Amino acid sequence: MSTIIPKISLRGVTKSFGDNLVLDKLDLDIMPGDSVVVIGGSGTGKSVMLKCILGLLDADAGSIKIDGVETMGMSTRDREALLRRVGMLFQGSALFDSLPVWENVTFGLLSAGTISRKDAWGIAATILAKVGLGRQVCDLRPSELSGGMQKRVGLARAIATSPEMIFFDEPTTGLDPITADTINELIVERVRDLGATTLTITHDMASVRKIADHVSMLHDGKIIWSGPVDQIDQSGNEYLEQFIHGRADGPINADPNTDKIT
Amino acid sequence: MNIFAIVGRSFLGFLATIGNIAVFTGKAVFHTFAPPFYFRLLWRQIVSVGYYSLPVVGLTALFTGAVLARQIYIGTGRIGIESAVPTIVVFGITRELGPVIASLMVAGRVSAAMAAEIGTMRVSEQIDALQTLATNPFKYLIAPRILATALVLPVLVFIGDVIGVMGGYFMSTELLGFNSSAYLRNTIDFLEVADVISGLVKAAVFGFLIALMGCYHGYRSDGGAQGVGRATTNAVVSASILILAANYIITELLFAQ
Ligand SMILES: Nc1ncnc2c1ncn2[C@@H]1O[C@H](COP(=O)(O)OP(=O)(O)OP(=O)(O)O)[C@@H](O)[C@H]1O
Ligand SMILES: [Mg+2]
Repeated sequence: MSTIIPKISLRGVTKSFGDNLVLDKLDLDIMPGDSVVVIGGSGTGKSVMLKCILGLLDADAGSIKIDGVETMGMSTRDREALLRRVGMLFQGSALFDSLPVWENVTFGLLSAGTISRKDAWGIAATILAKVGLGRQVCDLRPSELSGGMQKRVGLARAIATSPEMIFFDEPTTGLDPITADTINELIVERVRDLGATTLTITHDMASVRKIADHVSMLHDGKIIWSGPVDQIDQSGNEYLEQFIHGRADGPINADPNTDKIT
Repeated sequence: MNIFAIVGRSFLGFLATIGNIAVFTGKAVFHTFAPPFYFRLLWRQIVSVGYYSLPVVGLTALFTGAVLARQIYIGTGRIGIESAVPTIVVFGITRELGPVIASLMVAGRVSAAMAAEIGTMRVSEQIDALQTLATNPFKYLIAPRILATALVLPVLVFIGDVIGVMGGYFMSTELLGFNSSAYLRNTIDFLEVADVISGLVKAAVFGFLIALMGCYHGYRSDGGAQGVGRATTNAVVSASILILAANYIITELLFAQ
């Protein structure tokens, strides 16, 4: 088994903003075809970790390997080639507000030259249908959509190129339970049908149980618990227990500043 | 607090800013001339910078030309050479006032708009999203803006020159009693090609500076809506100062004997 190279492998990844140490020698392995969910309190650095993997932020130290290849300090050209194999849903959707929905969804396909502008509208409509949006939204601007619809368009954009790695930053936050479940189904489907490797960040335990093969919990800049999803209820880890049950009292302090003093 | 520490810190901050701008400029220029090119985006910028600046540039040029004629008429009147009005008007407009005033107006419009748009894209993570879609923001956002502004500004300034000279002409013939055909003959006879060309060269440089400052401050903005507001102000102020400083330098390079 040790011969399988992890799809994504983080070793000793450290990142701070000024005096604020966010990631502290973080280790994480994600196996090919796995769906890994990272949980953790607000402001623990989950989004920062994703951005370090994508190269949007430069980690201060450590190693980030994808398919066994070091990506830290990669050339712009290699990074671009790598990112063509990646899809990303941003926490705030990050849709291009100067472009209509159809151009947002097909942006990756158009920029790679996979499809022509002539066909893009129809292809966008097909992809949007997969996230439960009708073709009438194709010509709207992102500012004309509700937050939940923006999230779905963001999701459509992330999966449009059928990438082999997909990152979801809080895909179900701000959605009604039914849509949230549709999105969860969709993520599961992507992994099953395309063999994609996915890394999802979420606070939503229903989502964790539905989509995760493995769960990792981030706290104080480190992964403090990792394991298969069916073990999260008997982990015996008091941090994880507190998080799963959403209790205010426990080792995790809701106020990160007092947490640091203790 | 120690005064040396304060001075030292702001001096270091100043050097860091110069370094950042230099690196940004280098990347922007490189990506402007290296493929792939986004012609659709270039065209969109040409329209939004050029076409929509026409009213502003035209109006300011018209009033500037008229005022210039009036003042030169008074000044030359003191030494009895009022006949020099048409020559001085066209000289002043093509060499200095045309490029400088048009560029300052465009700086207010365009570098503010660019800083606000790119700054909003930065704080709402749209620039990050561009990168994850394997698109270089320097090529997609910055190169078309810089190229379009540098190309379009000479055209705007040329139009402004013509309108400015017309402003002087109307003032002189309607209010100052100049003969129409004599005024036009004097305007053309003493005008040299170099006067116009030097103004257009200046305009291209000013256009580059306008877009560069708008993109630079927008690209580096942080801190939400407030940060974008700050970026917009900084873009206009720095573009305006750079235009005036560059105007001095170019004039010295071209005309110092
Ligand atoms: N660009 C930045 N500059 C400075 N500090 C930052 C920056 N981005 C993130 N941080 C800091 O890093 C820490 C982690 O932020 P991050 O966005 O990763 O949290 P998160 O775990 O994703 O939280 P949430 O669940 O609320 O999204 C926070 O303390 C934040 O202030
Ligand atoms: Mg986050």
